[in-house]
Amino acid sequence: MSINSIDPNTWIDKYSDYLFNYTIVRVDDKEIAQDLVQETFFAGLKSMKNFKGEASERTWLISILKRKIIDHYRKINSNKGKAEVRMSYAGDANTEGDWLEERVADPFDSNAESEIENTELGLAIHNCLGKLPKKQATIFKLKTMQGFDTEAICNDFDITASNLWVIIHRARTAMAECLEKNWF
Amino acid sequence: MIIINKIFVNCGDANHFCDKNQYKEATFWEKVRLNIHMAYCKACRKYSSNNEKLTKLVKNPKVFSINQSSKEMMKEQLRKKMSEI
Repeated sequence: MSINSIDPNTWIDKYSDYLFNYTIVRVDDKEIAQDLVQETFFAGLKSMKNFKGEASERTWLISILKRKIIDHYRKINSNKGKAEVRMSYAGDANTEGDWLEERVADPFDSNAESEIENTELGLAIHNCLGKLPKKQATIFKLKTMQGFDTEAICNDFDITASNLWVIIHRARTAMAECLEKNWF
Repeated sequence: MIIINKIFVNCGDANHFCDKNQYKEATFWEKVRLNIHMAYCKACRKYSSNNEKLTKLVKNPKVFSINQSSKEMMKEQLRKKMSEI
């Protein structure tokens, strides 16, 4: 079995987006998700010597993150009452009429399957991005997801526009292939 | 002959225009040549449709990423923690 090594300097570039996608579908708040990811990195740093190298770095970080998410829910649950789910109909004696009809599911609402597909899509995309060479991944992310100008990226990386398009082209081909295997 | 070369582009150029088109950066003339090329090139039609699918997937609002400035901040904090240990 190959021993996986660990290097905290690369964590944020390599894994932060993947972990972030994993978290956000579970806590549904960007700020909290980002904090949890950051806490995960800190915790990983602390227990680095416990990393045996049997799992990949990412798997290991995800297992820490899972604990962090559970802890997060414990914490908000200990604020008694705030986390309770209150049904508005329960105590409302004077509501009459369309009780049942209002409870019927809206067919135009997105259904459970598409929700699940979407959450997994985020992970699949970042999984594929993780497989690209670092420079390609960074440039692809900047260009496609964060919508930077061609010129701005060229200046940042000190490359020409045609360099950039070649990189983008390679990244897109690799992404399409990877997603085709794992997604389409 | 020169005019023909200007209208009919090779697959490499067609792919380049197609990539540009995904970011709405292709010029009108490039789009015209891309479409002419796709009319007779099956491989590029496939590439183009895959490319569009990819763009749609990545643009899906459910795909999140942390923006660059927050990442820099996270890196800074992580570095601080690392020096503490």
